[in-house]
Amino acid sequence: MELSGLWLEYLPVLILLALAAAIGAGFMAAAWVLAPKDPNKEKISAYECGFNAFDDARMKFDVRFYLVSILFIIFDLEVAFLFPWIFEVNEGNIFAFWSMMVFLGVLTIGFVYEWRKGALEWE
Amino acid sequence: MLAGMAFYTLAAVAVVAALGVVSSRNPVHSVLFLILTFFTAAGLFVLIGAEFLAMLLVVVYVGAVAVLFLFVVMMLDVDFVELRQGFLNYLPLGALIALVLLGQIGLVASAVLQNQAVQLNPDATAQLAATNAEAVGSVLYTRYVLVFQLSGLVLFVAMIGAIVLTLRSRVGVKKQSVSRQVGRRRQDAVGLKDVRPGQGLG
Repeated sequence: MELSGLWLEYLPVLILLALAAAIGAGFMAAAWVLAPKDPNKEKISAYECGFNAFDDARMKFDVRFYLVSILFIIFDLEVAFLFPWIFEVNEGNIFAFWSMMVFLGVLTIGFVYEWRKGALEWE
Repeated sequence: MLAGMAFYTLAAVAVVAALGVVSSRNPVHSVLFLILTFFTAAGLFVLIGAEFLAMLLVVVYVGAVAVLFLFVVMMLDVDFVELRQGFLNYLPLGALIALVLLGQIGLVASAVLQNQAVQLNPDATAQLAATNAEAVGSVLYTRYVLVFQLSGLVLFVAMIGAIVLTLRSRVGVKKQSVSRQVGRRRQDAVGLKDVRPGQGLG
């Protein structure tokens, strides 16, 4: 692929990226320049309702967050498989359609299992 | 010219970020470097015209897998002193794996150099299908249907495995029961009492 064409195609993306970076940097710079700063030792020390900090903030957390995110990834991948499939269905490829239906069916069985087990519930 | 510049910039950033992954002391920084590596790899994919793969790399790896890695790192109960101690024990095994990987890459590179590798002809795919995703779709669901279904089964096993390994039912916690919540009527919950002044509820 020729780069000039590619370059033109990605120009909007680059403009958006540059805008996002500029806005992000702009907010940080504005806070740095405009905000009143008069730090002292008490102000910048950790504050925990008047106590000294009991514990380190970097503690282990529940494995259930991991479960939710791994289930998210699985369905994320499932959706990723759907994108190229659209072109095939658009061309009327019946075999590709049913091949995806079987794929979705397998994952739906997993989803029903997940639902019945209550893996998505939070107490 | 521009393509070459973009390639060398991306490649240099990728290598430096990959070095950062293995050399930074804080595992969280390692994961952040890993995300940078993924991004630059996505940029390299765009350069060779594999835009669909590049976007997938960003969506799946940066969006999901990196978050998963962060979770794992945070669940490790990061103890830096203890992490340092195991270094020498793992060194032989790690070196072995690195050597095997290096050998494999060398094999592939020598095959490519001697023109023995299967040539991916970008022009042919470009003629076949207008876009990258179309090219993937034209073979994935028909010619490689077994591999495709196999990937579905792998995802299925991963889902079941994650649930079996991590889900445990706790006793004494209050859960939401939607049917009970919706099925609750006013008569079950609220009653009117006629209370006379000064007597209270007997």
